[in-house]
Amino acid sequence: MFAYVIRRILATIPVMGVVAIFVFLLLHLTPGDPAAVIAGDYASPADVERIRETLGLNKPLHVQFFAWTGRLFQGDLGISIFSKVPVIKLIGQRIEPTLALATTTIIFAVLVAVPLGVLAAWKSGTWIDRSVMIFAVLGFSVPIFIIAYSMIWTLSISLHWFPVQGYKSFLIESGFGLEGVCRDTGRSGCGLVPFFRHIALPSIALGLVYVALIARITRASVMEVLTEDYIRTAHAKGLSSRVVLIRHALKNASVPIVTIIGIGIALLLGGVVVTESVFNIPGLGRLTVDAILHRDYPIIQGLILIFAGVYVLINLLVDISYTFLDPRIRY
Amino acid sequence: MEAIADQSVVVRESLGARVWQYCRRHPTIVIGALLLLVMLMIALLASYLTVDPMKLNPIKRLRVPGEGMLFGTDMYGRDVFARTLHGSKISLLVGLSAAAVSTFFGLTIGLMAGYNRLFDTIVMRFMDGIMAIPSILLAIALVSLTGASVGIVIVAISIPEIPRVVRLVRSVVLTIREQPYVEAAISVGARLPKILLRHILPNTLAPLIVQATYVCASAMITEAILSFLGAGTPPDIPSWGNIIAEGRQYFQRAPWIIFFPGIFLTITVLAVNILGDGLRDGLDPRIARQMR
Repeated sequence: MFAYVIRRILATIPVMGVVAIFVFLLLHLTPGDPAAVIAGDYASPADVERIRETLGLNKPLHVQFFAWTGRLFQGDLGISIFSKVPVIKLIGQRIEPTLALATTTIIFAVLVAVPLGVLAAWKSGTWIDRSVMIFAVLGFSVPIFIIAYSMIWTLSISLHWFPVQGYKSFLIESGFGLEGVCRDTGRSGCGLVPFFRHIALPSIALGLVYVALIARITRASVMEVLTEDYIRTAHAKGLSSRVVLIRHALKNASVPIVTIIGIGIALLLGGVVVTESVFNIPGLGRLTVDAILHRDYPIIQGLILIFAGVYVLINLLVDISYTFLDPRIRY
Repeated sequence: MEAIADQSVVVRESLGARVWQYCRRHPTIVIGALLLLVMLMIALLASYLTVDPMKLNPIKRLRVPGEGMLFGTDMYGRDVFARTLHGSKISLLVGLSAAAVSTFFGLTIGLMAGYNRLFDTIVMRFMDGIMAIPSILLAIALVSLTGASVGIVIVAISIPEIPRVVRLVRSVVLTIREQPYVEAAISVGARLPKILLRHILPNTLAPLIVQATYVCASAMITEAILSFLGAGTPPDIPSWGNIIAEGRQYFQRAPWIIFFPGIFLTITVLAVNILGDGLRDGLDPRIARQMR
């Protein structure tokens, strides 16, 4: 087991290495002078020269790559061209809303999708099953920003149940943060209600596609397990359907479900960019869009590396979790 | 003569019956294909069905749907109906092209990876790396660096999809290459290109067609997202993403600017997804069983 974990951790190195090479080469693979690409259409030759000098683009490619990776290992992702602030600092400032959004979305998606999938498998062939499957196809087909704007229109603008846009910091609202002052009352923390009111719609909008994905796999996986002999035995022993479904079926169907939760993280991280733009949340997604509009290449590089790192890390944890979920899996 | 006429009637009936039976057995293929066909017709006939989507009419700006304008007008008085119908061209072009490009490259790389161990080791590490980057982010980065044009958008959307196709083709090749009929072909001296094209390739087609529909659906959504974020199709071309992006600022006053292209985009993606699910059930019972 320990050897497997070490082997699995080592296996992430080439993946991250490829990501790093790809991210580094991205700028150089594009046609034209990289410094001119970053500088934009209206830059003077002096601006282009300054960018070339700052980013070391006048040095040989391999020298640039090793210098860049050397700095990466020291936690230096470069300096933003537009705001002149270190990229790592910018990411640090914007990470909280994104972490909060991603966490609430995953919790919402899993809490909704797994029971839906189990229910659909249990009631296979009935209208419940068909409704879940129709919802799963719809969830895949409606773009996030359409779901988001529909929810804003009905729940925020028409019914006034939720704020239209914006974000309330979890750290500040909960009183756990260093600043610890509630913006509305001036007291230390004003409860988590404002935080949840602001994060609810973005989480649901972002989570629906994820719910569709997880519900579909849960249904397929549970249906397969339900045909096993030990399920018939459990029923024959007189166990209730609930116990059979949760303790026998769901537990044995958990490996594909956890796998899809891990793979779906890439979908979620991509969706964060759109959701934060629609709901005006000052997180990493908004940072990405701003960086693109300003062609702030060090920020784009840093964000791709961070997002890919999170994806690789979560899938590493998913792989390791297999041995706990299914004792038959031995490495 | 009468007998021949009778026979032809019998043949026509049985063909019709066969088609009817197939449609009844796979209703999702029919529904998906019909919906997609309608969208294709709209895209092809948009210029004949509507007025100029770029024509400005400041006097009639932000008109509510129905007042002589079926879908209302936008902030410059442009006809949202005309813009929505014309927007279908870009979405379908990007979706179908991205499916074709990623399937072609994915198939080629996947076939080679499944048959050459050294190539497999190198290429699959590279593919794992690309798959670790969220596809929207990768596409955004590629477009932002190379400049927006429809061609660049297609390439940028296709690149993140290629690893998924490669993995699929490679897994099929690895299974098929161990089959006795492939061993038999090798034993009678068949060359590698012939084995790949004659014995392996046909087996990859069914899952590949299904995958291509999913790539097409995902590409249409990604194109809309890229345009929505300002990193997609140039703003002077009416694409659904562009129309929605422009309507954002006026969302509270004129939600129809966002909703009509949004509904069209959803229906088109839904059609492709339904068609994909139907094809999966019809063409590849193995995958269908896993997914059900």
